Amino acid sequence: MLAYLLKRVGLALAIIVAVIIVLFSLLHLIPGDPITIALGPRATPEAVQRYIEKMHLDEPVIVQFAVYLKNAAMGDLGVDVFSDRSVTWIVLDQIGFTVVLVVAGLTWAILLGIPLGCFSAVRPNTLMDRVTGILSVGTIAVPSFLVSIWSLLFFAIMLGWLPAIGAGEPGNIGDQLLHLVLPAFAVGLGWVGYLARMVRASMLEVMRENYIRAAHAFGLPPRKIVYRYALRIAILPTITLIGMGFSGLLSGAVFAEVIFARPGVGKLIFDTVMSRNFPVVQGAVLITTSLYIIITLLSDLVVAWLDPRVREAL
Amino acid sequence: MSVKPSDSATGMPAIDSTGLAGDVRQRTVRETAGRERREKLLLFLRNGQGMFGLILILLFFASAIFAPWLAPYDPNQLDIPVRLSGPSWDHLAGTDQLGRDTFSRVLYGGRVALKVAAIGVSVSLLIGVALGMLAGYGPQWLDNLMLLAFDTVRAFPTIVLALATVALTGPSLGMVLAIIIVTLIPQYARMARTSTLAIRSTEFIVAERSLGANTFRILHRHVMPNVIGPLLILAAMDVPVVVTIEAGLSFLGLGVLPPTASWGTILNEGYLAIRDTPSLVIAGGIPLVLTTLGFTFFGEALRDIFDPRLRKGR
Repeated sequence: MLAYLLKRVGLALAIIVAVIIVLFSLLHLIPGDPITIALGPRATPEAVQRYIEKMHLDEPVIVQFAVYLKNAAMGDLGVDVFSDRSVTWIVLDQIGFTVVLVVAGLTWAILLGIPLGCFSAVRPNTLMDRVTGILSVGTIAVPSFLVSIWSLLFFAIMLGWLPAIGAGEPGNIGDQLLHLVLPAFAVGLGWVGYLARMVRASMLEVMRENYIRAAHAFGLPPRKIVYRYALRIAILPTITLIGMGFSGLLSGAVFAEVIFARPGVGKLIFDTVMSRNFPVVQGAVLITTSLYIIITLLSDLVVAWLDPRVREAL
Repeated sequence: MSVKPSDSATGMPAIDSTGLAGDVRQRTVRETAGRERREKLLLFLRNGQGMFGLILILLFFASAIFAPWLAPYDPNQLDIPVRLSGPSWDHLAGTDQLGRDTFSRVLYGGRVALKVAAIGVSVSLLIGVALGMLAGYGPQWLDNLMLLAFDTVRAFPTIVLALATVALTGPSLGMVLAIIIVTLIPQYARMARTSTLAIRSTEFIVAERSLGANTFRILHRHVMPNVIGPLLILAAMDVPVVVTIEAGLSFLGLGVLPPTASWGTILNEGYLAIRDTPSLVIAGGIPLVLTTLGFTFFGEALRDIFDPRLRKGR
């Protein structure tokens, strides 16, 4: 396990460094003056001068990169062009909203999707199974940003059941929860179908195993067999899927935040792209991507911990 | 005598165990392959979901190709007096804030989606297969380097990568295509690499190499035919992904730019007028849903019939 852990953590670190290289070279690959590109045409001469000094732009690219990497390792991702605030703090202020949104979306998808998959798997090829299957594909096929727009239209504007924009009054938990419902619904909907199909497929495989047949022969109640013995094994590929799917969830969160005018990293990136505040874009993208890399790492470690065969494979 | 592995249905070199003369054996192999193909076609015709998907796909192609003849109005023709009107006999899907006919714009938007899907999927498939075969067939260091590169690209949530790039280059259709191609390449390359690794040490490749064939010939003539099949199914299932990325970016104002009609720009304009004219976001979304649904159903039917192993590959 230790060897696997070290290798996997090493790979994650290598990817994060590679991500930094990509983000860093984006600035230099685009033709034109990096200062104008990074700061936009509206930057004041003082800001330009400070940026040159801060990023060591008067030195060779490789030195600049070393400086950026060193600063990033110590948690310093540069400063906002307009307000001079630390990028790290700006992003950390917003990331909580995004994490809450993504976790809420994923949670309701798991609570509905996994039982739905089990429900289908214990009655394969019946009418109910087919209906669930088609509904699952249906939820996967509707792009999440469209779910955001349409749920905003139906539930907030036409029916007026739920608030349309914002994250709710600070400090008022009930209000914040009400504001969370629609974005979380939009972010999670596709996952209900994904999880249901994934769990169904791996459940069907597991249900054919001899130990399940033995459990039946012992007269254990079917419900107990499904949830206690089969689901435990069948859930493994699903954990990997959830880890990998976080990237999709984050993409969905960007749209949900923009559409519902909710604070969060997605909205932050979008707004700073619009105002051409590249240091903030760079920092926010780096933190979001690192978060995703760490989540995939964790899901891989959980699977390796649950399933010894995976550890041997790497 | 040249062995042509691609003749047999399995892609493995035909081994003469029947003791029949060469041409007779060849004919039997071909007949079996033909019968298999007919059986699979029959299976597909009986697959309700697959046929439904195919119909939706044909609808998508037809409406995009024949848009100039089907559209009742010029998609860019302004008619300010009837701006933001709901559906009527004059304007089947209503009009937008400039009085342009939404139905015509949706039809023309399909052309953008079709163009992006066709170019995006085929170019990334081509590059992905080439890189994947190189990684699988080439030296170990190249393989490791490429895997790290693929993992790095996959570490970025698609929309986040797109936002970071567009922040520097500004929005355009070309940028959308570039982002789509870069994000799709890794998964094709990874699959091509896995299949290449599996056959690189089989007898017919070793035989070919000992006959003095160069790497290009081996990869092009012998590896590729064995690698491409499952990838084509994956490509069909990626069309929804591509169409969604284009629509999503255009919706954010970072893809196709107005006044060009695309489903994304229509949704963007509809979002801004969502309280006045709900018909705009509904009309812009429906073709997107039908297209993704069509390709998803079609791809799943193909996969179930031709390659059930792929089921868990996503």
